Amino acid sequence: MFRNQYDTDVTTWSPAGRLFQVEYAMEAVKQGSAAIGLRSKTHVVLACVNKANSELSSHQKKIFKVDDHIGVAIAGLTADGRVLSRYMRSECINHSFTYESPLPVGRLVVQLADKAQVCTQRSWKRPFGVGLLVGGLDESGAHLYYNCPSGNYFEYQAFAIGSRSQAAKTYLERRFENFVDSSWDDLIKDALIATRETLQGEKLRSSICTVAVMGVGEPFHILDQETVQQLIDKFELVVEDEGPAAEPDAAAAEEGAEEGDAAEQGGDADQGAAPDQGVAPMEI
Amino acid sequence: MDSNQAGKQHSLMGSEAASERTLYPYVTGSSVVALKFKDGILMAADMGGSYGSTLRYKSVERLKPAGKHSLLGASGEISDFQEILRYLDELILYDNMWDDGNSLGPKEVHNYLTRVMYNRRNKFDPLWNSLVLGGVKNGQKYLGMVSMIGVNFEDNHVTTGFGNHLARPILRDEWHENLSYEDGVKLLEKCMRVLLYRDRSAINKLQIAKITEEGVTISPPYALKTFWGFSAFENPTVGAEGSW
Repeated sequence: MFRNQYDTDVTTWSPAGRLFQVEYAMEAVKQGSAAIGLRSKTHVVLACVNKANSELSSHQKKIFKVDDHIGVAIAGLTADGRVLSRYMRSECINHSFTYESPLPVGRLVVQLADKAQVCTQRSWKRPFGVGLLVGGLDESGAHLYYNCPSGNYFEYQAFAIGSRSQAAKTYLERRFENFVDSSWDDLIKDALIATRETLQGEKLRSSICTVAVMGVGEPFHILDQETVQQLIDKFELVVEDEGPAAEPDAAAAEEGAEEGDAAEQGGDADQGAAPDQGVAPMEI
Repeated sequence: MDSNQAGKQHSLMGSEAASERTLYPYVTGSSVVALKFKDGILMAADMGGSYGSTLRYKSVERLKPAGKHSLLGASGEISDFQEILRYLDELILYDNMWDDGNSLGPKEVHNYLTRVMYNRRNKFDPLWNSLVLGGVKNGQKYLGMVSMIGVNFEDNHVTTGFGNHLARPILRDEWHENLSYEDGVKLLEKCMRVLLYRDRSAINKLQIAKITEEGVTISPPYALKTFWGFSAFENPTVGAEGSW
């Protein structure tokens, strides 16, 4: 995208019928680190890559619990994401207080979208610079939605946002038809593999990713690092240039799995995963 | 000048301080009795609207559906009941306007009503009603009550007003899980008959409403058979002529 004379205000249309400020806001989402979501009939898994600015700092929180039955993963301006999470929590708790019943995620998502839309139609505001992957349960089962700075929202079986998310999306596109009936373990495994796709060859370790699950009979919770590492070890291949010193817990996995085998263990004979590992994922 | 201003302020403050709050009810409905049966909820109420001690209105419908899944019965001030019906109408309308697969069930409506009643009570301007909310959603039966001060609870059988004193003991003895429809109606009629005999604000014209997964049916008004042929009622003034 290039600068042009219609992009100063969000309240200015371009002759082609575009609102450039809104599109620029969507760019901000693409610059954030990746977040992935997928769902089965009964569960939703959210995963994200946690990149710290430097070795000295801690990483930013990108997955938030909104209620026992709703969680959100963000990509983009995390400050905007925090504010929206607070709004979502507030809406959920108000609904629970008045009706003693969980707010259906489909309704929360519409409220969120309407809130984002307001910021696209006021000259004194700017659009939110954050994309939200909202996972939650309602009467009709598990749902995953993507809320966009434009005020649009879409429902997905699986989706990825943020930088290098295209690689994850490619993986998910190949596999999504199976997700509806996936087990808890398989769903998380797919989330982790999709997350790894966004890492551009870097080794997937539980210290750089966060995984959260919610489902029917299972309130939203973030998996602890140990559990995540164990799940990673079940399918991960050790890349040859990473010395054992870097990854003490990878040593256990070193002997066992060949990546191709690991993928087949999961039950899919797809050879696609193996060549991807060596090649830098596509970046769009 | 100053005293004038002070006087003005005083009267201004005076009119602001004059509070408006509900002091007493005017047209009231008598008891509501409700119980859970095998397929859902049964609720009964007579059709009387009393104006103090006068049985003034005799076709007041005190049982109304609220959305697909709930049934509301009320005793107490009839105009407040009508106000509550308007609140619920708006609530259900907005719920339907979402047009998604979700809908407010009886539990949600009950809690909403509890919030409304309690908030009004906090303002010293209560809705002078005791409400019974029953319904079925996804096979789950729900029956609850809210009072005018916001006290709420759920149970297998609830009553309001005099029903608490006269009908509950009967229900405690004779209610059981999985009552058939016929047995449920018989039990309700037994309670209503006792109320008819003993509650002076009850009239012999009642409706019974049923709510199941399929929906709501409210019976047309009918009367209970009564028996007044007790020997004690014959020649009541024998022994004290001139008295009644």
